Amino acid sequence: MSTSATTSPNPVTLDPQTRFRETALVRRKKFTEKLARLTFLTMTLLMIFPLLLIVSYLIYKAAPILSINFILDNPVRGMRAGGIWPAFLGTLYLVGISLLVSAPIGVLAAVYLNEYARENWFTRIINLAVVNLAGVPSIVHALFGLGAFVLFAGMGRSILAASLTLAIMTLPVIIASTKEALGAVPTAFREACWNVGATRWQTIRRIVLPNSISGILTGIILQVSRAAGETAPIMFTGAVFFKAIEKGDIFAYGLFDQSMALSMHLFTISTQVPNVPEALPYGTAVVLLGTVLLVNALAIVLRVYLRSRKKW
Amino acid sequence: MSTYSIQTERLNLWYGDFQALINVSVDVVDGIITSLIGPSGCGKTTLLRSFNRVNERYGNVTTTGEIKVLGKNIYDPDVSLPELRKSVGMVFQRPNPLPISVYENVVFGLRVHSSRTSLKKSESDEIVEKSLREVFLWDDLKDKLKVRATTLQLEQQQKLCIARLLPLKPQVILMDEPCSALDAEATRAVEELMVSLVGRYTILIVTHNMAQARRVSKECIFMLLGEIMEHSRTKDLFITPQNPKTAEYIEGRYG
Repeated sequence: MSTSATTSPNPVTLDPQTRFRETALVRRKKFTEKLARLTFLTMTLLMIFPLLLIVSYLIYKAAPILSINFILDNPVRGMRAGGIWPAFLGTLYLVGISLLVSAPIGVLAAVYLNEYARENWFTRIINLAVVNLAGVPSIVHALFGLGAFVLFAGMGRSILAASLTLAIMTLPVIIASTKEALGAVPTAFREACWNVGATRWQTIRRIVLPNSISGILTGIILQVSRAAGETAPIMFTGAVFFKAIEKGDIFAYGLFDQSMALSMHLFTISTQVPNVPEALPYGTAVVLLGTVLLVNALAIVLRVYLRSRKKW
Repeated sequence: MSTYSIQTERLNLWYGDFQALINVSVDVVDGIITSLIGPSGCGKTTLLRSFNRVNERYGNVTTTGEIKVLGKNIYDPDVSLPELRKSVGMVFQRPNPLPISVYENVVFGLRVHSSRTSLKKSESDEIVEKSLREVFLWDDLKDKLKVRATTLQLEQQQKLCIARLLPLKPQVILMDEPCSALDAEATRAVEELMVSLVGRYTILIVTHNMAQARRVSKECIFMLLGEIMEHSRTKDLFITPQNPKTAEYIEGRYG
């Protein structure tokens, strides 16, 4: 009895009212805890503030020029006035065509790699290549596009060549993000399918894709912003400083035409043309940003829609 | 017709260089519950998975020997895997209903095995009711057929996973520790369900719970390190084990 009393973790000599009091160590831990929380919060705010600042500053600076005609008019007087229609339409063409190429190839390749391919040296090399290609600077893709599409394939400097260059640039990232989305679908679902005799394709079509489609779309949409914003890959392969087209005509460009692009136009009027009114580049930037945000918003709507349907 | 649903003849199986099954020759009697017991990693699940050849989906597997299911060697070149798996279904340790409605879970197998238009609504309604009745779920779920199956209680999920196999009219149901994620009450319910299926289906159950093996199975197979140590009537295996290793295991000296 007496020994058990002395080794008891709750010695009777202690006044119950003093139990559970803060010790010096606890005080220090509480301080560290607060500090950590504050640090993380600060970093989050640091990330948000510049974004808000940039967007509001852009809109403030661009306000005098923003109107529907700014989007639908050709630039005039050496790009010192008028609108940005050819650049706006050019960007839509470039981004649209590049995604039309890279999204299906990327998604299907990722499905193969994740659902069909066995782990062996061949798939390991492909995976390694995908990861490394995703990290190649865009100017390198530009040179590749110039050599492969413009010169070797004989497409010349054209929307097609520029779009394909952008597609090559976005492809590895789409593969990587799609693979990640597919990998997030629990294996248990696949096992359930296999064991009632579903083929791999039935498993993919009925279970894997419906459960990963939102992740896949997110990956693709992120590449819209990237393709729309890049200047280097299109500069060598199909984008021009200036080209007037029919106002408001969405079929004004052909596949083998050269085109303007928003990112390139922004670069040009900011650095290459003297005496451009200040609002013009800001207006261009707002339209570029707005287009990307609009596409993102559409993608979110599409995702919500697809998720709400149980089958598709 | 043979009285054995599954017969293996000197079955050897390797994952890469690791031999997981060694000279397994076993005959599984038709229409009863046979339990597979043995310590972790002894090849029970591997053996189970080879009976519908789903093992091959899990990587680099080499097999020699013969597995006959319902008298047919399943490694014959004219064996179609979807057709084999239709007859030999599997239930998993963690209930894995598909993330679709209860109704669609039950008819999933049928949809997979029939062309787009051949399954009529009235037909599938009938099948869903019959299958859910067979696993005692109909009364609980008849008003919840449109509910996402992944939101059900675990016990219901596991019963649903069994119900999912039934529309395909399987001959053999493989169960890989079907109760180990369930509480005692749910375990009892699923065991009751298994016993009620006896006669219509051959059931092979892997279990770590020896009491469960004694409760539900008529025959019992004890495996150790990829080999079959003993296969006899459950009663005999637990009361008068022939192999000293079996005796040690069921007395709880390792496991």
